[in-house]
Amino acid sequence: MLLSIRSLTKVFPGTRALDDVDLDIAAGEVHALLGENGAGKSTLIKCLTGAYLRDGGTITLEGAPIDPRSTLQAQELGIGTVYQEVNLLPNLTVAQNLMFGREPRRFGLIDMRGMRSQARATLAQYGLSIDVDRDLGSYSVAIQQIVAIARAVEISGKVLILDEPTASLDAAEVAMVFDVVRGLRDRGMAIVFVSHFLDQVFDLADRVTILRNGRRVASQPIVGLSRMALVEQMLGRALEEVVASPAPEAEQAPAMLHFDGIGRAGVVAPFDLTVAAGEVVGLAGLLGSGRTETAEMLFGIRPAQTGTARDADGPLDLRHPRAAIAAGFGFAPEDRKTDGIVADLSIRENIILGLQARRGWARPIPRAEQNRLADDYIRQLDIRTSGREKPIGELSGGNQQKAVLARWLAMNPRFLILDEPTRGIDVGAHAEILRLIRTLTDKGLSLLLISSELDELVAVADRVIVLRDRAHVAQLTGAAVGADAIMHAIAGTGDAA
Amino acid sequence: MNTRLLPLYATIAIFVLAYALAYSQFPAMLSTRVIGNLLTDNAYLGIVAVGMTLVILSGGIDLSVGSVIAFSGVFIAVALRDTGLHPLAVFAALLLLTTVFGAGMGFLIDRLAMPAFIVTLAGMFLARGAAYLLSVQAVPITHPFYKLLQDAYWLMPGRGRLTLIGVLMLAVVALGAVVAHRTRFGTSVYALGGGAQTARLMGVPQGRTTVLVYAFSGLMAGLSGIVFSVYTGSGYSLATVGTELTAIAAVVIGGTLLTGGSGTMIGTLVGVLTMGLIQTYIVFDGSLSSWWTKIVIGLLLLGFILLQKGLLRLSQRGR
Amino acid sequence: MTVLSRIAPQLIVLAALIALVSVFYPGFLSIDIQNGRPVGPVIDILKRSAPVALLAVGMTLVIATRGIDLSVGTIMAICGAAAAWALTQGLGAGAAIALALTAGLAAGLWNGVLVAVVGIQPFVATLILMTMGRGVAQLITEGRILTFTDPGFGWVGSGVALGLPVPVWIWLATAIAVAVIMRRTALGLLVEAVGINRRAAHLAGVNATVLLIAVYIASGFCAALAGIVVTADIRGADANNAGLWLELDAILAVVIGGNSLLGGRFSVAASVLGALIIQTISAGILLAGFASEYNLIIKAGLVLIILVLQSPRIASEWRLWRDSHRAERGRT
Repeated sequence: MLLSIRSLTKVFPGTRALDDVDLDIAAGEVHALLGENGAGKSTLIKCLTGAYLRDGGTITLEGAPIDPRSTLQAQELGIGTVYQEVNLLPNLTVAQNLMFGREPRRFGLIDMRGMRSQARATLAQYGLSIDVDRDLGSYSVAIQQIVAIARAVEISGKVLILDEPTASLDAAEVAMVFDVVRGLRDRGMAIVFVSHFLDQVFDLADRVTILRNGRRVASQPIVGLSRMALVEQMLGRALEEVVASPAPEAEQAPAMLHFDGIGRAGVVAPFDLTVAAGEVVGLAGLLGSGRTETAEMLFGIRPAQTGTARDADGPLDLRHPRAAIAAGFGFAPEDRKTDGIVADLSIRENIILGLQARRGWARPIPRAEQNRLADDYIRQLDIRTSGREKPIGELSGGNQQKAVLARWLAMNPRFLILDEPTRGIDVGAHAEILRLIRTLTDKGLSLLLISSELDELVAVADRVIVLRDRAHVAQLTGAAVGADAIMHAIAGTGDAA
Repeated sequence: MNTRLLPLYATIAIFVLAYALAYSQFPAMLSTRVIGNLLTDNAYLGIVAVGMTLVILSGGIDLSVGSVIAFSGVFIAVALRDTGLHPLAVFAALLLLTTVFGAGMGFLIDRLAMPAFIVTLAGMFLARGAAYLLSVQAVPITHPFYKLLQDAYWLMPGRGRLTLIGVLMLAVVALGAVVAHRTRFGTSVYALGGGAQTARLMGVPQGRTTVLVYAFSGLMAGLSGIVFSVYTGSGYSLATVGTELTAIAAVVIGGTLLTGGSGTMIGTLVGVLTMGLIQTYIVFDGSLSSWWTKIVIGLLLLGFILLQKGLLRLSQRGR
Repeated sequence: MTVLSRIAPQLIVLAALIALVSVFYPGFLSIDIQNGRPVGPVIDILKRSAPVALLAVGMTLVIATRGIDLSVGTIMAICGAAAAWALTQGLGAGAAIALALTAGLAAGLWNGVLVAVVGIQPFVATLILMTMGRGVAQLITEGRILTFTDPGFGWVGSGVALGLPVPVWIWLATAIAVAVIMRRTALGLLVEAVGINRRAAHLAGVNATVLLIAVYIASGFCAALAGIVVTADIRGADANNAGLWLELDAILAVVIGGNSLLGGRFSVAASVLGALIIQTISAGILLAGFASEYNLIIKAGLVLIILVLQSPRIASEWRLWRDSHRAERGRT
């Protein structure tokens, strides 16, 4: 094996991001690394490239143990990485990017002609013949990625890590990048390929390792593997604490919200959706399938370009978040730290922020009322804190999530969008939040629940919509909502409608 | 076409257009005399703008340069008045001092991870305060060597004077261009301005580059101070107030992106000359007042910032 | 209680400074009555603090949103020039003040739109007006120092009311009014939310764009007040020198007030105390018999100290060091 990882462990406060993970990568193979968010893929890669220092385990490259302490050191050892966001400088020329740090020099000055010709020669090996004097940023992302790959291979040359390199490419561009990757494999490079596009994994990879919750679930050759098996291994089956299935709705409540042909070019294909009062609509799909994008579109963050939204009283304006809030919508985003909490403000202020913003600055919520609201929700949602005046940034992830939920509940919305509400939350809090979702809908609140945890969806959703490749591909209702059916729809196999 | 060079083309086009307009009104504008004066009058500004260009390319800003120029003038004048040192020795000491001063600011910016404008603001106070401490009054420079420097010029055809300091400015711009465009250090500066995080991943020594960038700016400010003292024949602690703003404006009008990562030295030269041209035109006109200079420069500044912003949006939409 | 503990460091520094200056100049705290006006070093400091204190009030709000307003000194010059122009046209004190305030609001609107709508970084956006504004001021004064003799307008700068110079009342009233508006309405909370996490605030329904514009307008308004006070005091508008470098003093006052340059929690009271501290230092240097030339160097030193205190890198290194220390102690 060219690269061997044994018992790799990385601990963050509160979670084991990597737990005793083994991985072997041979020269001349493309090894896919799969897993949902939080499975440990990016932690593993960061340990491999020296961005994180591991807490346990060994990494062996060509038989010798290595201990990279920075990305630069990993590069020198022979491990190069290409990320989803092109990690080159768009404001430098192609030649400058490719040759950075290794420029040919004459009399101490950079030999421009030499640099140009070397850059051209290098890129020719990858089938690219472009003007190397133009800014990298003026080329398509595909070409930028190939330049990034070329640079990584030139500098490192043993192991190439591709971390979701195709996320922003179209089909033709993906094919172009894959041709380059296959060429490298045939030259004996070891390639680690991280992607959440299953088609691409089947297209490119020789072997596949699946991570879930920081552990290795399986490591196997891709030949003979079914999509279904892959999806099952990635998403897992057993939720630690089972939440009882909801009683099926006796009668279908009348639709409260109608979205007709709503969509945004290049982000989410147009779709229709109706939501009834008290209904939980689940949104399933792999990472990158358009789940979060759908939520952001409905909440007016990146508003829809086509279609209309209306309720019983007429059309709804969803062109920006404030308009959506006025329409009675709420949105608890996936990334709490950047999109949810205002870290330096207290729990109380975070909880009343939305309500206050809607009332307007001139009508402050009286302090006693603020205290009552904050205390109420701290008790109701069981937010663990020493007091309501504690800065929210000092709470644990689960409690932050509850406080963000409290912000929306305080505004008494009719339609709440929850994007991965249980991500990064410990098991106990997880179950509590699910129970909470239940009580909310009993009071008539409608929910759009985005989750990668199938059992979570099965447990609480009345209806599940499945997304694949930025389009709604299936809808499962009532008794048809089951983990198997969802997985079939995600994998694009079987009999899901 | 390379969109990065668009602002530079705009700069050159504006300069040529403005010159043509001025020429159509006052044919004397296109004499070697005016061109010679343009270079001489703006020599100190051009030199300090070269340092500022590098700083801005790296994504920083240096607000201390105006004060450093004033300090340099006072330092030289007082040293020549009170000691028997030769001006060249004083120059060497001064350049060493201002370079170390700049390096110190660069070190603090890097180590404290605080915005450059506030650190160099402290530098601005410090240099101006030091100039006050040396002398509050203007100090004339009477050393015979200065007479020699001031009278050193080449009489161009048409009786225009190409002065030593004018030539020095052109040489400094050329030096700046080589540093920015033809050295690894220069590439590192562009890389930092393009994105510090990515630059680090690509192997840019961030701390060292930052220190060197501000050291270079300090050196240029010192050199500019020498040139300014030659130009005015004195040192005055209240001189060159606001020159940092003029230099920043020249750099931006020269097509450099104020947020860093994109721009050229030659553009800065054109930017400096454009600003000089506006002033010359106002002098020629006689009826226009000098405050129009500031207003026109401000509008040009706004125009270029909006142009850069628009280009950025365009390139992002293209992706 | 919370307000008092927030401004305690500034109060302590101010008290220590007063004690220190009193050692060098025993008559520092004495106040005499001459011609019915109180005179004394303290009164003088209170009056001279007016421009920086006023600017600091507006700057506090701008900095709380993670912004900066470099143009306030220039706005002072524009507003002073506008007022003086109105007086020389015989429009009277009321019209002069109204015109100056309108100019300040317009300048703030200009900055706010560039920052919040066009999306230019605050430092760059306000630099444009900083560069251009003195030209505008000179345009109004036509390059001269516009003098006037309107006693009503002059009273704003050098009059006395209820035992204190009028400028003191103006900055006190402005600071109190802004602080009360910020804390008695929800504005303060919303401004802080935008400064700490603009995106999260936006998603929670806070209208960040309008808030940002409002904050720059407030800064322009405060600068206009400062411009009026200075112009009225010297009974003339000097487009070149009015408000020169005061933006820096204002920023300094805000950071001495313990407000982070990185936005978020703010205290108007602490910023105003910061302005008083700056003015006490300048006065103290003179009273103690030192040359005023030391003033700038002391300010530079102050900026440096505050930078070290606020530096995120120093703070995280200090935490690392402390934690490793604790861990070691725990092991042994």
